[in-house]
Amino acid sequence: MSESKRLPPQFGEWIDRGSPVRFTFEGAACEGFAGDTVSSALHAGGALMLGRSFKYHRPRGVHSLANHDVNAMFEDGTDTNIRADVTAVRDGAEYRAVNTVGGLANDRLRIMDAFSRFLPVGFYYKTFHRPMSLFPFWERQLRSAAGLGKIDGNHKRNRTPKRYDWCDVLVIGAGPSGLSAAIAAARAGASVVCVDENARPGGTLSYAYGSEPAAQGRLDELLKAAASLPNLSIRCNTLAAGYYADHWVALVDGGKMTKMRTRAVVFAQGAAEQPSVFRHNDLPGVMLASGAQRLLRRYSVRPFESPLVVTANADGYRAALDFASIGIHVAGIVDLRPDGEPSDLDERVKAAHITIHHGQAVYEAVPRDGLVGIKAAVVCPLDKQGELDTDDGLTIACDGIAMSVGWAGADGLLYQAGGRMKYSDEFEQFVPETMPAGVFAAGRVNGVFALDQKLIDGERAGLSAAKYLGLSSPSTLPEARRGPRSTHPYPIFYHPKGKAFIDLDEDVQLKDLVNAETEGFDNIELLKRYTTFGMGPSQGKIANANTVRVLARLRKQSVGETGVPTSRPFWHPVRMDALAGRGFHPHRHTPMHSFHESHGAVFMLAGDWQRPAYYARPGRSREECITTEVEAVRHQVGMIDVGTLGKIEISGPDAGAFLERIYTGRFTNLKVGSTRYALMCDESGVVIDDGVVARLGEDRFYATTTTSAAASVYREMQRYAIVWGMNLTLVNATGLYGGMNLAGPFARRVLQPLTDIDASETAFPYMGMREGTLADVPARFLRVGFVGELGYEVHVPANCAKHAWDALVSAGGAFGIRPFGVEAQRVLRLEKGHAIVSQDTDGLTNPFEAGMEWAIKDDKPFFIGQRSLRIIKKRPIARRLVAFSLGAGYHGNMPKECHLVIDHGKIIGRVTSIAISPTLHEPIGLAFMPAEKAAVGTPFSIRIDDGEMVAARVVKAPFYDPHAARQKM
Amino acid sequence: MKIMTCPINGPRPVQEFVYGGEYRPMPDEPAASDAQWADYIFNRSGEPGLSREWWYHAPSGTWFIAERDNVKDVVLKTYLFDRANPPRAGKGATP
Repeated sequence: MSESKRLPPQFGEWIDRGSPVRFTFEGAACEGFAGDTVSSALHAGGALMLGRSFKYHRPRGVHSLANHDVNAMFEDGTDTNIRADVTAVRDGAEYRAVNTVGGLANDRLRIMDAFSRFLPVGFYYKTFHRPMSLFPFWERQLRSAAGLGKIDGNHKRNRTPKRYDWCDVLVIGAGPSGLSAAIAAARAGASVVCVDENARPGGTLSYAYGSEPAAQGRLDELLKAAASLPNLSIRCNTLAAGYYADHWVALVDGGKMTKMRTRAVVFAQGAAEQPSVFRHNDLPGVMLASGAQRLLRRYSVRPFESPLVVTANADGYRAALDFASIGIHVAGIVDLRPDGEPSDLDERVKAAHITIHHGQAVYEAVPRDGLVGIKAAVVCPLDKQGELDTDDGLTIACDGIAMSVGWAGADGLLYQAGGRMKYSDEFEQFVPETMPAGVFAAGRVNGVFALDQKLIDGERAGLSAAKYLGLSSPSTLPEARRGPRSTHPYPIFYHPKGKAFIDLDEDVQLKDLVNAETEGFDNIELLKRYTTFGMGPSQGKIANANTVRVLARLRKQSVGETGVPTSRPFWHPVRMDALAGRGFHPHRHTPMHSFHESHGAVFMLAGDWQRPAYYARPGRSREECITTEVEAVRHQVGMIDVGTLGKIEISGPDAGAFLERIYTGRFTNLKVGSTRYALMCDESGVVIDDGVVARLGEDRFYATTTTSAAASVYREMQRYAIVWGMNLTLVNATGLYGGMNLAGPFARRVLQPLTDIDASETAFPYMGMREGTLADVPARFLRVGFVGELGYEVHVPANCAKHAWDALVSAGGAFGIRPFGVEAQRVLRLEKGHAIVSQDTDGLTNPFEAGMEWAIKDDKPFFIGQRSLRIIKKRPIARRLVAFSLGAGYHGNMPKECHLVIDHGKIIGRVTSIAISPTLHEPIGLAFMPAEKAAVGTPFSIRIDDGEMVAARVVKAPFYDPHAARQKM
Repeated sequence: MKIMTCPINGPRPVQEFVYGGEYRPMPDEPAASDAQWADYIFNRSGEPGLSREWWYHAPSGTWFIAERDNVKDVVLKTYLFDRANPPRAGKGATP
């Protein structure tokens, strides 16, 4: 590192000289100040080379200092792809450049630059796919060379918060036009948020107008006006990353994403300066004039010692004056325009003894040894057609080139918002043509470049937004003038030796575009995919505009006809941790959750609910625990929390008729105090849900649904009640009641002492329903059971459910009661041959296939799915759900759910449920089989994970207690 | 579209809503041929233009009809279903 390039303190600088920062770069000690970016601190310390390019590993330095310098990307041991040009330098950090092998200075891949002529565009596509057998080898090689940065697998997990926010007007960009828009809108009474991706507000006022007396103090005035408005807040370091429908803008700052909903948006993001294209235009020392000015004004760093300024607008002249003002010797101004600068800047530059070369352009930069910087520039005259006369070159010694040949409006978000842009031949840039409602553009993105006009244009946009919101605003709005033209139509110069770069992210050269167009990639989107221009981390912000100009010229069409690549979110790349983070999907707990937790429950998700899959016991495997729970139900008594079932109360004169239209069965003839199985189909006759309907009174019914369909069944019932115009009331009681199913031979003996109802078989038979008390709390008892034993399902108000559960557990202690989970329940019901809707049925299963036709009562005038089921019934059934067994002696590898039934190499069916029955001591299951192979006794083969075929046989269901005697005890 | 206007609750974030499909009156069951019935069950219109759709505001349990320009993805108006004066069926018609 050489001597410091830091300037003496100056007004408006962004650094805090009282807070020095020490860090290392590539192992060497460096220092800077708080407020420095990593790049500005390094450049101040004399480091010209900050990184290596993506493909050719060429040295690169400061270029834009505006979040486009993707060749200066660092890693610090924990984080990677740190954008050095905009990231605040951190005390104690150890930075290294990404994309080098063996360090920045001695990067072993720098040899790639010498091979560049053997690596034309499309080289990888064309080369490495033949022979196919070698592709895996090449893929490994290429993948290790591709990409930037390394991921630290041990990185500790970051929790990134999300924030929701809203305002009346969001102003994007806090430069002169953005600030004036924000102030105008806020003065009209709107609540305004103004965001800027930079560390401080000001935009061009913070770097570009140091030589303009009229600009001095302007920023302070604007910020004072803004500070006096309580309904205006300015947020710096905040990137508007994407625009979505209904004025919904994703704002990203260092630590979080804010989902900003606004009623109107003012786009005032300014413009990105565009480079001139010439040989070696990528090397350290060649930078955008605005990048050099940012170094100078914001960070008080000398960008060069003796720069050449190549320009086609007033901005280049201002940059030259800036350099001269701090004693930098300007080697000359090369103005592409034959007539030079029309404003008084011309006189002022001449007064500063700076030579101006009119009608000339830089043809190439002359590199220093090792390409680390430049020592001269070759300047040639431009003819009337804009071609360089390369025979007449003049070599000018310089250590840098400041380019100010044009701007491209930062209009990506404007496109995302649905703005239509047209190319202005007058200003050589795209300007807004039509804007959607509530979208406004101001400043350079609107083609307005003069400072006084930008302030007017901002005010116009802010007042327009206020007017759009219905706030008071003057009847005539101020009008700003576009221009002056600040962009050259074609600052792009071919060199036969190449190395004239279009895209520094992806190392795309001018000749690559020419070759790609010759190969037929003649549309801007095709050209982008083939050459990868604009696909790097800067997303083409300093590549797209020039590429479009090149393609337009090659195709002999206008820039407007050529168009620009589609802009999609995000505007800048956004870190994954801002997008990822905590899920906000809620989980529901039943009232018994604390019991489950304290009894070792292993939870599973069922819909939104957390349900115990099984209760783990120390030293016992999962299977052993499930088996123990199954045996408790079969031999003593068990209890499962069924509070997650959907519960719907239906009351009113039409309630019975309504249920008959909703479900396939009959309910008007259901006796009060009884329950009945209820099967629901959709209009196409597919089974979608099942449950139990109980009749509480003449006009009152109580229906249960499966856990996962609770919300959708209730929702559809509501819709049908409206469409059918029936007189009834629906109450979603799912969360109102806790539920438990007490099952097993001792169930009645556990229950009876705790209740005032007569639980005997004669007084309360199977499929009955009673209302009474359990442990002194009101309860509904349903004699239903899914598991095939004597059982009582008890529903009690949710706030009493834990009390009732505890009372049963305590009373059941003498009978060996055990809580059981969903897994044991699945085994128990499988032994009974019961299908679970949506496990043993799929999105096409009709009741005939699932063996549920007994639940269809077709002698009704209507039910959902009836018409379709009548059509289906006329046709042969293609498949059936069958019960199968692997045989009592089977001890091999177990098939799993969804394993396929294979016959002569063809898929003919699928396993839907399988378990080793603890009761029968054999593997049993349910499977879909073709109807002609569904007869009891039919053998078939299941292919399991490793390809092994397992023999199975269709058997008769249920496997257990075929006459259902045990549930009617 | 990020905002939907519930006829009862006013403009709310679209996450609070459930799409209920195109508004399509059921044909007369006994009168419809199998082919007409199958057309009702399986075919949906992909026609660009105005579409009348069922939407459901989940927190309040409100079903309503939204008339949406599915080309611009703009909701033109929303209203409660009225059996006595049902919405017109079909797409592409002007509101």
